[in-house]
Amino acid sequence: MDLNFSGAVISQAIASGIMLGGLFALISIGLTLIWGVMKIINFAQGEFLMVGLYLAYFLVAWGHIDPYITILVTVPFMFFFGIGIFRVTISPILKDPVMNQIMLTLGVSLILQNLALVIFSADVMSVRTRYSTWNFDIGPVVISVPQLIALFGSVICTVAVWYYLKTTDSGRAIRASAQNPTAATLMGIDVPRTYLLAFGLGSATLGLAGSLMIPFYYTSPTVGLFLGLIMFIVVVLGGMGNLMGCFVGGLVIGLAETVGAAVFPGSLARVFTFAIFIIFLLFRPQGILSRRQT
Amino acid sequence: MNARMPYIGILVVGALMCLLPLVLSTYYLHIAILVLIWAFLACAWNILGGYAGQHSLGNGLYMGIGAYTVAYLTNRFDLTPWLGLLVAIVLSAAAAAFIGWIVFRYALKGAYFALVTIALAEAAVYVVSNIPALGGAGGIQLEYRGNSLAYMQFAGKNGYFFMGVIMLVFILLLTQWYRGKRFFYQLIAVRENEDAAEALGVDTVKAKIKANVMSGVLCAVGGVFYVQYFLYVGPRSVFGEIVSVQILIYAIVGGLGTTWGPVVGAVLLVPLSEIARAQLGNSFQGAHLLLYGAVMVLTMLFMPFGIVGAFQRLRQRWQHRSATPLVDSQGGEAS
Repeated sequence: MDLNFSGAVISQAIASGIMLGGLFALISIGLTLIWGVMKIINFAQGEFLMVGLYLAYFLVAWGHIDPYITILVTVPFMFFFGIGIFRVTISPILKDPVMNQIMLTLGVSLILQNLALVIFSADVMSVRTRYSTWNFDIGPVVISVPQLIALFGSVICTVAVWYYLKTTDSGRAIRASAQNPTAATLMGIDVPRTYLLAFGLGSATLGLAGSLMIPFYYTSPTVGLFLGLIMFIVVVLGGMGNLMGCFVGGLVIGLAETVGAAVFPGSLARVFTFAIFIIFLLFRPQGILSRRQT
Repeated sequence: MNARMPYIGILVVGALMCLLPLVLSTYYLHIAILVLIWAFLACAWNILGGYAGQHSLGNGLYMGIGAYTVAYLTNRFDLTPWLGLLVAIVLSAAAAAFIGWIVFRYALKGAYFALVTIALAEAAVYVVSNIPALGGAGGIQLEYRGNSLAYMQFAGKNGYFFMGVIMLVFILLLTQWYRGKRFFYQLIAVRENEDAAEALGVDTVKAKIKANVMSGVLCAVGGVFYVQYFLYVGPRSVFGEIVSVQILIYAIVGGLGTTWGPVVGAVLLVPLSEIARAQLGNSFQGAHLLLYGAVMVLTMLFMPFGIVGAFQRLRQRWQHRSATPLVDSQGGEAS
């Protein structure tokens, strides 16, 4: 096995890893909110992102709208898309065993993925925007501007969701419903509505992710398969419902992917991502930052 | 009801199935063989997923271990698949025991267990894709040898069909037999309430590891049959997520934790998806998986116990109702 340890390659890999990590954190915020806070495990989250990516793609490629302006469309659309899916599928079986919810969302992911395959075919679609080739150099390292923007978007989104949950009434209602639905109901919180809101919010973050990703990423029916798994890995690493942990987890996995790919030949690097995931699940399921719960 | 009835039922159905080659054309026989393969795999998954309630989303891993072991040994050492099958059983048992030991020792359950199994199967895709001896991403093609029992190959479809029937009858008899055994009661206890099972003295970790090994080994056997029939195995065709999902869809739609559920699921869904693929495959790629997704969602919404489970529940309710006057007249002692 030829291992590659050149300094320039590694420093580029670290820079790319941080930006990829920001992206991974961005796409995982929704899951950590839905899974961590609401205890609903959405296996279709990767496919929600796929929907967001397709929407952004068509707005940019066909509507010739600036990718960063499409946020105004993708975020509200994904919010209502999430609410619609929740109303029709998840909400009726909210009291069923967790495994049933998982199987149901797995079915939803199959539907979305293959609906995209039927409608858009298996082609990988990407669009060149004027931002796509923007980049600048820091010494030997090339930084891509749209990726940097996505990293900033990730930071801003993380802080915004955190601030929302911490300070606003509806944010408090979400946390209260998560901690104790019965007590929350007694305090006058409309718990089903809160669930709906949280699910919509978790879905809306993927609209943002879709818009921020489309200048440098691609979309295809199976894009959510891998990215969906990444979301679960990041959320487990960060600790369910822990927004800061989600960001750190994203960075860890981003770095593991790029540094691994720089050092190891072929697609073998990805095995390390899964290895990190399995080790965390076994030994530290509460995540990097959280303290062990009693 | 005679205690032997379920066994006789399985044998009768098996015997009736043997008549199918007389009436089915080659194409439909091919679909019947696919039904048998998937029904077998779903039955194997059902032991851990249905009876013990541990939903694995990565049973393709064991199927792949079986398929790859046999394909590699046949191609590299010209070893007969019959011996390869034994090696595959040993390897898959070792893998399932090791994985089960680690995963259940650390008390991973529910979603966490499902996630670990996905991660393991996905990791296997990337590991195997990077091993040149296993054909890398291209997989392994087996040489066609015509009618050769020594190489577990048959010229027509009939040989494979009968082999599939024998395997399915075997796994059904095995499941039915275990249903009356302490081991399966332990698994059901784990599924219903793990803490209570533990309190009653059930070694839940050991029971789950045993179920994992049984399920894994049987999946590997299914994988061996798969590779002998298609004469090809590739990383995505066994370890891919869709394979593992397909296995569990048949079991869930048919009815978890029932002997016949996985078979009913496969009998209904496999032909449907094959026909959808044949009719719509060119213009609508993925139509059959779209169908699976819809069936899965509808099952979870309206029939969470699956077809056989719903039927059993109906029958229980009916029996209960017909027994009610008796209980009333004697004032209690309902059973």
